Amino acid sequence: MSTETLEHEQFLSEPDDTGEHGHASDALYVKVFIVLFLITAAEVATYVVDIGDFLLPSLMIMMVVKFALVVGFFMHLRFDSRLLTWVFVAGLFLAVVVYVVTLTTFSYWQA
Amino acid sequence: MNEAATLDPTTGHETFATSTGLSNEKLGMWVFLSSECLLFGGLISTYLLLHKKSVGGPTPEEVFDIPFTSVSSFVLLMSSLTMVLAVSAITRGDESRSRLWLTTTVLLGAIFVGGQVYEFTSFYREGLGFTTNIFGSSFYTLTGFHGVHVTVGILMLLSLVGLSLRGQLGQDKAETVEIIGLYWHFVDVVWIIIFTVVYLTV
Repeated sequence: MSTETLEHEQFLSEPDDTGEHGHASDALYVKVFIVLFLITAAEVATYVVDIGDFLLPSLMIMMVVKFALVVGFFMHLRFDSRLLTWVFVAGLFLAVVVYVVTLTTFSYWQA
Repeated sequence: MNEAATLDPTTGHETFATSTGLSNEKLGMWVFLSSECLLFGGLISTYLLLHKKSVGGPTPEEVFDIPFTSVSSFVLLMSSLTMVLAVSAITRGDESRSRLWLTTTVLLGAIFVGGQVYEFTSFYREGLGFTTNIFGSSFYTLTGFHGVHVTVGILMLLSLVGLSLRGQLGQDKAETVEIIGLYWHFVDVVWIIIFTVVYLTV
């Protein structure tokens, strides 16, 4: 098998580093859910507890962590082919770029 | 699944007789979800750009009920867990448990949509119509699109429950359940962003 072919196959189907193949166990899903639940509770707590300038960064970090947990574990991207991750990340990246460009354009052209 | 799948002993992944070695249906769903990122990216950015440019009220601060929306968010998050447990059960061949988790997911999804209908109704009674101000237009468009996605997800899940009741949703259909599960989780992921960006950063 040539190096190029080997790299192609690794790109399409790289094994996960957890030692579990295909899908995670139900216990792991419940653990992930508990983490998601706690993060959401922390998010909601920022509504009643004033954390000043830390509000926006902390909310953004918690949002990204929750997003990554759902996509990685519940949607199995952590255990699935790397190609699927690239397909999804491509759309996500484009969406973020479109938003940033739009926001920048509005700020730049605003009278 | 349409293509015959074989298990790769070195990676543990199913390999399909396709040019990518992946199921075309599953790859297709991921491409669709990738395009959905652009749709919701556009809607969220439109909301962020416009919601503070309203000339008159009501404003987000005046109408949002964060405790109520927080409960809705927990409900949708919980539905993601029940969905993944349904996929896990059907993968093991446990049809009855899969049906139970699918039905629970439908109920949780329906509670979320019911909550959204209640929220829209109360906002309207407080004077926020679709054309009242630019905040109302962008808010209803964004959350309305999300609500429609949840409703479509519920319909797909109901069709799975129907198939299961007729004994037509066996282990061989595990990939179908997984693909619909991907859609459902994506809807949850979009809500994670909307809840933070729209509601909590007011």
